[in-house]
Amino acid sequence: MAITLDSKVPAGDIADKWNNHRFSIKLVNPANKRKYKVIVVGTGLAGASAAASLAELGYEVEAFTYHDSPRRAHSIAAQGGINAAKNYTNDGDSIRRLFYDTVKGGDYRSREANVYRLAEVSNEIIDQATAQGVPFARDYGGLLDNRSFGGAQVSRTFYARGQTGQQLLLGAYQALARQVGTGNVKMHVRTEMLDVVVHEGRAAGIVTRDLVTGEVKSHSAHAVVLATGGYGNVYYLSTLAMACNATAIWRAHLKGALFANPCFTQIHPTCIPASDEFQSKLTLMSESLRNDGRIWVPESSEDGRSADQIPESERDYYLERAYPSFGNLVPRDVASRAAMRMIDAERGVGPLRNGVYLDFADAISRLGRDTIEARYGNLFEMYERITDENPYEVPMRIYPAPHYTMGGLWVDYNLMTTVPGLYSIGEANFSDHGANRLGASALMQGLADGYFVLPYTIGDYLADFLNVPPVPTDHEAFTEAEQAVSDKTRRFLETKGTRSVDWFHRELGKIMIEHCGMARSRPGLEKALSEIPALREEFRADVRVLGDSAGLNQALENAGRVSDFFELAELMCQDALDREESAGGHFRLEHQTPEGEAQRDDIGFSHVSAWEWRGPGVAALKHREQLAFEYVELAQRSYK
Amino acid sequence: MTATESKTDSAGKTRRSLPWPIRFYKSDVGKKYVMAITGIIGLGFIVFHMLGNLHAFEGSQQLNEYAEGLREIGEPIAPRTMLVWIGRIGLLVALVLHVHSAYTLTRSNKRARGEVGYENDRNYLAANYASRTMGWTGVIVLLFLIWHLADLTIGIKMANPDFSRGEVYDNLIASLERWPVFLLYVAAQGALALHIWHGAWSLFQSIGINNPKFNHWRANFATTLASIIAVGYLTVPFSIMFGIIH
Amino acid sequence: MDVKLRVWRQNGPSGDGAFKEYDAKGISPEASFLEMLDIVNEELTAAGVEPIAFDHDCREGICGTCGLMINGQPHGPQQGTATCQLHMRKFADGDTIVIEPWRAAAFPVVQDLVVDRSAFDRIIEAGGYISVATGAAPDANLTRVPRDAAEASMDVAACIGCGACVASCPNSAAQLFTAAKMAHLNLLPQGQPERFDRALAMVDVMEEFFGSCTNHGECETACPKGISIDYIAHMNRDYVRAQRANVRLAGQR
Repeated sequence: MAITLDSKVPAGDIADKWNNHRFSIKLVNPANKRKYKVIVVGTGLAGASAAASLAELGYEVEAFTYHDSPRRAHSIAAQGGINAAKNYTNDGDSIRRLFYDTVKGGDYRSREANVYRLAEVSNEIIDQATAQGVPFARDYGGLLDNRSFGGAQVSRTFYARGQTGQQLLLGAYQALARQVGTGNVKMHVRTEMLDVVVHEGRAAGIVTRDLVTGEVKSHSAHAVVLATGGYGNVYYLSTLAMACNATAIWRAHLKGALFANPCFTQIHPTCIPASDEFQSKLTLMSESLRNDGRIWVPESSEDGRSADQIPESERDYYLERAYPSFGNLVPRDVASRAAMRMIDAERGVGPLRNGVYLDFADAISRLGRDTIEARYGNLFEMYERITDENPYEVPMRIYPAPHYTMGGLWVDYNLMTTVPGLYSIGEANFSDHGANRLGASALMQGLADGYFVLPYTIGDYLADFLNVPPVPTDHEAFTEAEQAVSDKTRRFLETKGTRSVDWFHRELGKIMIEHCGMARSRPGLEKALSEIPALREEFRADVRVLGDSAGLNQALENAGRVSDFFELAELMCQDALDREESAGGHFRLEHQTPEGEAQRDDIGFSHVSAWEWRGPGVAALKHREQLAFEYVELAQRSYK
Repeated sequence: MTATESKTDSAGKTRRSLPWPIRFYKSDVGKKYVMAITGIIGLGFIVFHMLGNLHAFEGSQQLNEYAEGLREIGEPIAPRTMLVWIGRIGLLVALVLHVHSAYTLTRSNKRARGEVGYENDRNYLAANYASRTMGWTGVIVLLFLIWHLADLTIGIKMANPDFSRGEVYDNLIASLERWPVFLLYVAAQGALALHIWHGAWSLFQSIGINNPKFNHWRANFATTLASIIAVGYLTVPFSIMFGIIH
Repeated sequence: MDVKLRVWRQNGPSGDGAFKEYDAKGISPEASFLEMLDIVNEELTAAGVEPIAFDHDCREGICGTCGLMINGQPHGPQQGTATCQLHMRKFADGDTIVIEPWRAAAFPVVQDLVVDRSAFDRIIEAGGYISVATGAAPDANLTRVPRDAAEASMDVAACIGCGACVASCPNSAAQLFTAAKMAHLNLLPQGQPERFDRALAMVDVMEEFFGSCTNHGECETACPKGISIDYIAHMNRDYVRAQRANVRLAGQR
């Protein structure tokens, strides 16, 4: 099957594209919508908002999550806020500026038209969320409050204490619950999607496993929407929830959906450093802390004194020094790499010397402890709970950790993958963040896709299938897929090896963070590409999964996810090796400016790399979507 | 997977079609409200009764006159004892509702707990002895009440062989001079005080009186009220036992 | 540090359960409680014993998936902390730790320490939302919300739906959860039009599954987000008012 990447970006001025597109795409008559069935996999911000919105429109929706409730999705952990171009603060913000900042922040590797649309609908998201009862922070006049965030010079971030993701997810979850209550959405909890079924070149449904009973079952629909989040857990240690995985998008990839820019991963600068080998996850501290905290390390790598013993003159506020205009508010990739350089230079702090200080002493003396507590109280508490140190008195220690993946399934302007009828929204797709995502933009994109983009664009596809019933689940396309899923599950149980799934996951994570993490190089990636297949083969031969598949078996669930991470990890390294430039979160040591900043190659790599699966053991095939920048001038990013 | 089965079958939906007082009482929140209101009625009676008891310190004549006076309230507009009987019926209705709601809620709570409990002893932080023994103290007070009515109001021979109608003061002394009765009385007042200590705070929650400005005051109110009632009621039997009232 | 675990093991929803004892040896006090269980599970797997199933996900105290009864206290001995943020430094070397699942009729055990809390979803589906279809919202700053009201709403909206309130309650009541979810919306101007319908619907469904409130206050101490039982009184008042409220005029009140 020859694949042509058609981004379907509408013609016209960038400010008119979305408007024109909405007018030109096909609509489904309100009375006919109930004749269409749509499957939504994943019920985080993107999935819950899409499922709710589609059901409100009248589509018959079935939603799936492996959690026990849609409210558990990891969107809930987003802390800092959500951007919108409301310009309530009168500091010069506009849709154009949010668009510009996002494209620039993404190091010019995103699709202009998508980003502009994201900026356009950002305002509607705030309206929608507020109407749903999301308790955003307010000023004393009762109007919405804003704060500033990394990578922007305006205050455009709306927030609900340090729990913005939680509140927005609960808003979307409640909208979804309303539709479940009225019977418009059929909700399947503790049900994991394990395959996409493609029939006659179109998505026909999915195969799931009931995590409680172990039952493997097919579900058919006119269209399938994957809103299953990012794949950062490939690194094992990350800020993601333990269950986050790539299985849904990876298995869609195996069925023909191209995977775009897999090497674009984001390492978040403000996480609590690991304290030991057994650590299961890294905890993120909101980036908003950088608004008032100052980042520093001791001048000398020999300095073993505690923070309060080190005088001002012997501290290096390295971000303020190197980037005077943005200071501590440089974008995440820049801040992370700077921290890495400090630690590599053996100037790290803490017992394992694996962190840098984030110091609030100045802010506390300037604003008072009460103000700081009002802004960050819950984050400070969380830090203290984990580290047993009081950040009001001792500077926090932070270190970068894998956090977000900009790459994902390739989608066109309609958010449809290369498999007709298969959509991908939220972090699961690659669309809006280019090579680096700005803070407070993930919530924005998830909700933009779910509330305001997909519900329109899906109609354009569905309109052609009026009165065409979905493929029945007893069709052999489904029964074969069910069989494959059952076989795969059984193989893990039958291997009866010696090592646990977690052990393999940890080993894979070590390879990935070392060679495909914050800094990448040809020799390192080549080494990873030789180690990963070896480890994968060992996994196939030696993994130990106890119990059976007829009930809740968490190790078995995890085995499937880790086996997909192995294949994905190889593709990430392949993409990282192929992309002979540095851009955003992808930093190739071979390609840096004399000051050590990312050096893009706009002639050679101003494109999206979309990879096609060609079978196990065969190198994936790269397709290109050339990126054209008509409204943002390509420039070396500078935050100095 | 299958959804959890509810412990009642869709009570909420059938409830909606009933007249509101019944619908309200059918809900647990409604029952708690009724329990609180009837508790307030009971508290009013208990305080009133306690003040009446204290007439014992004024001597036989005064107490008997006070008791007789109660029967004459409302005269001459209402017939003699009519208001007392209205009050008694009102109190009886309140008592029945209080006990019925407590009984049904206890059963419903037992159902909600399910069959398997915790093996490890619960390490309670907020629940205290009073709050966790409301059922027991309630039963003790109820049993005492039946005895008390038989002993000093109706004067059943089995309970109080020396009972003589209208001789409130003598009846009181004759009854409480008996050691077992004295101990029963003291134990029942202890149970009542515990019951009130939790109940008089809890009722504010149940009827939704809540304001952060005054909330700390609710617990103090309950403690004070329970203490006053305990002291007020116990002075009479102790005074009889120590011969202060004779 | 070394600790001894007494853990409830139950194979499937209908299986018989029993306590099993395990040793957790050489645990760092810096480890979280769940990391300690991870280590035990690794050792069990190596020994050919099926690992202990327990619910967990974000491990940063926000998703509400985790929830264990630890030594008779929901989420363990540290107040205001979900199980996943509890650290072993809160225990002493040589301690015996009893780990049980949440117990309530509405929270049936699925496997070992995993319970089914979907009754919470039923309560939300009954009315724990503001009906506003996508696209129908006015400008966000059109309605001012007094700052204190927004803050109070946020205090209760912080509920993570873990079920500790039910687990801690001697009556297995879900009043704190329901009250928090109701007050979150009923405190805001946006929530007024459906305020009394919401109160009726959510309480009625809550009572289908859970017990009643006897004001022990235990839920408040168990809540990892420290939500106050003041809001239970708030819910009771709304429910009582809903009985007599002229619902058609409720939003205009």
